Amino acid sequence: MSILNKFAPLRQTYDQLRAVGQNPFEMVFEKMFSPTEGLHKGRRTILLGTNNYLGLTFDQACIDESVNVLRQQGTGTTGSRIANGSYSGHRQLETDLAQFFNRKHCMVFSTGYQANLGMLSTLAGKGDYLLLDSDSHASIYDGARLGHAEVVRFRHNDPDDLAKRLKRLASEPGDKLVVVEGVYSMLGDAAPLKEIAAVKREMGAWLMVDEAHSLGVLGDTGRGLTEAAGVEADVDFVVGTFSKSLGSVGGFCVSDIDGFDVLRVGCRPYMFTASLPPSVMTSTITALRRLQELPELRTKLHANAHRLYNGLKDLGFKVGPQPNPIVSVALEDPILAVTFWNRLLEGGVYLNLALPPATPTNAPLLRSSVSAAHSFEQIDRVVQLFETVGRQLGVLAALPPLRRAKPAAAVVFPANAELDRAVAVGAR
Amino acid sequence: MNELLSDTREQIVQGLRQIVPATMQVSGTTHIMRDLNLDSLAVMDFMLTLEDRFDIVISLDKVAEVETLDDLVNVVDQLRARKLKS
Ligand SMILES: Cc1ncc(COP(=O)(O)O)c(C=O)c1O
Repeated sequence: MSILNKFAPLRQTYDQLRAVGQNPFEMVFEKMFSPTEGLHKGRRTILLGTNNYLGLTFDQACIDESVNVLRQQGTGTTGSRIANGSYSGHRQLETDLAQFFNRKHCMVFSTGYQANLGMLSTLAGKGDYLLLDSDSHASIYDGARLGHAEVVRFRHNDPDDLAKRLKRLASEPGDKLVVVEGVYSMLGDAAPLKEIAAVKREMGAWLMVDEAHSLGVLGDTGRGLTEAAGVEADVDFVVGTFSKSLGSVGGFCVSDIDGFDVLRVGCRPYMFTASLPPSVMTSTITALRRLQELPELRTKLHANAHRLYNGLKDLGFKVGPQPNPIVSVALEDPILAVTFWNRLLEGGVYLNLALPPATPTNAPLLRSSVSAAHSFEQIDRVVQLFETVGRQLGVLAALPPLRRAKPAAAVVFPANAELDRAVAVGAR
Repeated sequence: MNELLSDTREQIVQGLRQIVPATMQVSGTTHIMRDLNLDSLAVMDFMLTLEDRFDIVISLDKVAEVETLDDLVNVVDQLRARKLKS
């Protein structure tokens, strides 16, 4: 008997995945050449699943300024801000972010995951209600579980369903906090934020938007979906991450609410973890500046996104509902998806493999995220390779339609999404 | 138990019948995920439909208490009773 025995079904799934070829969850790159190319097993590989939307990881200014600060201020802060104090970079990054978002306050966290953990668990307390979109990211579900509020789900991107649930709670005294994402990470679909904001106003709830995948991507100045939908006045809290469009690591929350700063001494995922290293703050400050100096990056990003989305769609692949920089192809079953993913890798393209129940529906996904740094040639190569593999595996409709042989043994995918834990707690 | 609530079990079973094969036995001790072969997504979606059917709110910690059909009937009954009182 081992304490790890409970993972036997998960272990079995991983072994099955590995048997198909490369293990998608243990990829190692020997070298990174650029935001869009790395060396895998001695072969130059196009990176198409990095969330590196603006390609700023190799921006010369970000690197130079970060290296300077690394030499001047050392490698790390070795503690939390309440214990070890803040560096000037923490304060500057918070000031710059607040200014960029036109908000009074900003708090920086060590990751985006912790920003959600911290804000959700702290803002909503006992007797309050968190209303989460059912397709929310793991960090949102985990933040909800860490706190003491009642957690209620509403149907994905469905403002009427949200309204219905808020009405049922109308006579309950607690605060209600609605949490949605700007762009959903699996299918790349944006939230109907105007409608959600209207519901929030009408029902007197609070509203938080996670702009992890929309900061620097949507809005005239890159402030995200909140800006693009014209509802900044209705959104009480914006959270986000530095690990995508800003090319570093860390997370944040901005708000106009009075008294925001009390969270610095009340929010445990802010208080009890080491703060970001000074060089990371500097590269993030610089990346935020570059994001504003280079609006053409956003234009190029969307041109690339449309090229990939339309290219795959025209071939007959099942893509998500909207052309955004996240482009996902839904396939029928996990073994087919793993096989497809391996063939793409063999052809020199690396993207994300997402398997149910971590996906919004029962379909496994080949998930791409496009960067402004991709060239049209790279995008075209990807589309070509998708077509080749799609025809090899009989995914693309041919005339007459090819029938794909089902795998001999059904692969059982055990519960591993955040939803499962809520269900499975009592099941152990 | 209030008479108005006497149909909770019947309605839940009816709902389950729509998402599991007709041949599957459903009784009070049926383990909803394991015995009915439902994954977590299906269970969570089923909870949303129950919320709408009974006009109640089943929070995630309530869902976590549920293993068997009897557990689920109890949770829903409590929530319905609370709603009638208010
Ligand atoms: C919607 C969403 N929120 C939060 C996060 C967490 O961000 P980070 O990588 O900074 O922890 C992610 C990224 O994985 C995400 O997709």
